[in-house]
Amino acid sequence: MAITFDDVRQIASLARVGIDETRLPVLAGELSRILDHMAVLAQVDVSASDAGGPGNPEPGAPLRRDAGPPIPLSEALSHFAPDMRGGFFIVPRLATHEDDASEEET
Amino acid sequence: MSADAVRAAFARAREMKAGPDGLNIVLAENSDAEREAGAMTAAEGLGGPLLAQPIAVKDNIATLDIPTTCGSRILEGYVSPYEATVIARLRAAGAVIAFKTNMDEFAMGSSTENSAFGTVHHPLDPSRVPGGSSGGSAAAVAAGMVRIALGSETGGSVRQPAAFCGVVGVKPTYGRVSRYGLVAFASSLDQVGVLGRTVDDAAAALGVIAGRDPLDSTSVDIPVPDYRAASRRSVRGLVIGRPREYFPERLDPGIRARCDAAIDAFRSAGAIVRDVSLPHTDYAVPVYYIIAPAEASSNLARFDGVRYGLRVTGSGLSAMYDATRSRGFGPEVTRRILLGTYVLSAGYYDAYYRRAQRVRALIEQDFRSVFASGVDVLFTPTTPTTAFKIGAVSDPYEMYLNDIFTATANLAGVPAVSVPIGSSQGLPVGGQLIAPHFGEATMFAAAYALEGSLGSASA
Repeated sequence: MAITFDDVRQIASLARVGIDETRLPVLAGELSRILDHMAVLAQVDVSASDAGGPGNPEPGAPLRRDAGPPIPLSEALSHFAPDMRGGFFIVPRLATHEDDASEEET
Repeated sequence: MSADAVRAAFARAREMKAGPDGLNIVLAENSDAEREAGAMTAAEGLGGPLLAQPIAVKDNIATLDIPTTCGSRILEGYVSPYEATVIARLRAAGAVIAFKTNMDEFAMGSSTENSAFGTVHHPLDPSRVPGGSSGGSAAAVAAGMVRIALGSETGGSVRQPAAFCGVVGVKPTYGRVSRYGLVAFASSLDQVGVLGRTVDDAAAALGVIAGRDPLDSTSVDIPVPDYRAASRRSVRGLVIGRPREYFPERLDPGIRARCDAAIDAFRSAGAIVRDVSLPHTDYAVPVYYIIAPAEASSNLARFDGVRYGLRVTGSGLSAMYDATRSRGFGPEVTRRILLGTYVLSAGYYDAYYRRAQRVRALIEQDFRSVFASGVDVLFTPTTPTTAFKIGAVSDPYEMYLNDIFTATANLAGVPAVSVPIGSSQGLPVGGQLIAPHFGEATMFAAAYALEGSLGSASA
């Protein structure tokens, strides 16, 4: 199973993990080798397996499209808060989080 | 008793250099532990083997006042607003939480080399790994700091380090112990486990933490037996299954010799040893490394800079998610999130995830069949090798093969224990006993008999 650089970019986008382009060759190689080992499962006779058991949904169960960002919303993001800045909602700071503010990276 | 045991634990930790400048076992200490031990001793109505006993806890189990980091930068400094049910139960029995222990990040690893806070070193040979992912907890017991530690199991993360370190490690039946407050890795597999210096220590601790918890809907309402009493039962007439798939030709000769000695010990104690087969065993590692990353990719989606720990801001919400998770997760966690996302994606779901679930059902059927045939307990090696050198295993899949004898019990949901059965070239060897669902009492009886015959290899 050869995982391409575009495959890595696509699944990283779905997983919302930023991947530096310089890491793509290593990640693509590692994932390809791991998935090669998984190929052995294709040879297993699973006809005796309980296909309807927990965590084992019936074939044909609907799957949603693999789509990364942006997050689809029925209303514009600005409808959810009185104010926004840089894509974030502006809300009053929680008293319990005041000590954390200095530790956030910017 | 008072606070003596707690003072001794901290003294031993200093003596063994258990901090980051030494073995790197401990991520945090409970500075209030001595006072708590004194209060426990003075409290009316408390007693039993855990009274004022110091406990080490893997850092993915939520504790009040002490950080719970999961060995990850993304949770560095995070303090939970609530405590895990297992912690509350231990404290109600008089135990004192003394240490939070280092671990592979989010319990992903078999060597405790994947912690964001540095590698844990084996107490017997600091050039070697203690196993993982509960490597800090196993090392804390092996180093003589505590008699009992908590770990977590997803594919062998208690039993494998227990075997490497020469201590006892228990994975209970899925549903036997509450997971409320255990940071989720793979929810269909995760269980809180116990590490003990002896079988009796482990039995005592499991007896305290087991049982139904309304805060965890997967915990089961089945009475908890007296495991300590059960462990004293004779094994005469017990049928021990020896699955041939766990004794391949390539098995380390030293481990095979110790297992043969264990089998002889069972026969000498009056048990009946029978060769059996679990034919789908070889598929356990590929099945596990599809299902566990798939579940992890979902469970770890919550760590995005919004509600927990690290936040790295970017130009908008998606950029913040990407930057926070990129900076916060280490290489192994990133690899597994990507792998899990891939096998769940629409184009590959049937080929990987659905097929893995169907093979998992076959693995569980193997266990049900062999136990239905009259076998009481299975005996196998816990690991294919003894503790290896730090840095010796760099290929991810080669590392995954450490779970080859342990992941099956997680996939099937059955209980298992690793017991020291001697050493090979100076390093501990673990023997594994696997019982039917909720068969911990029989499992402890077999483990106690084995321990009595072969002794402990811990430091």
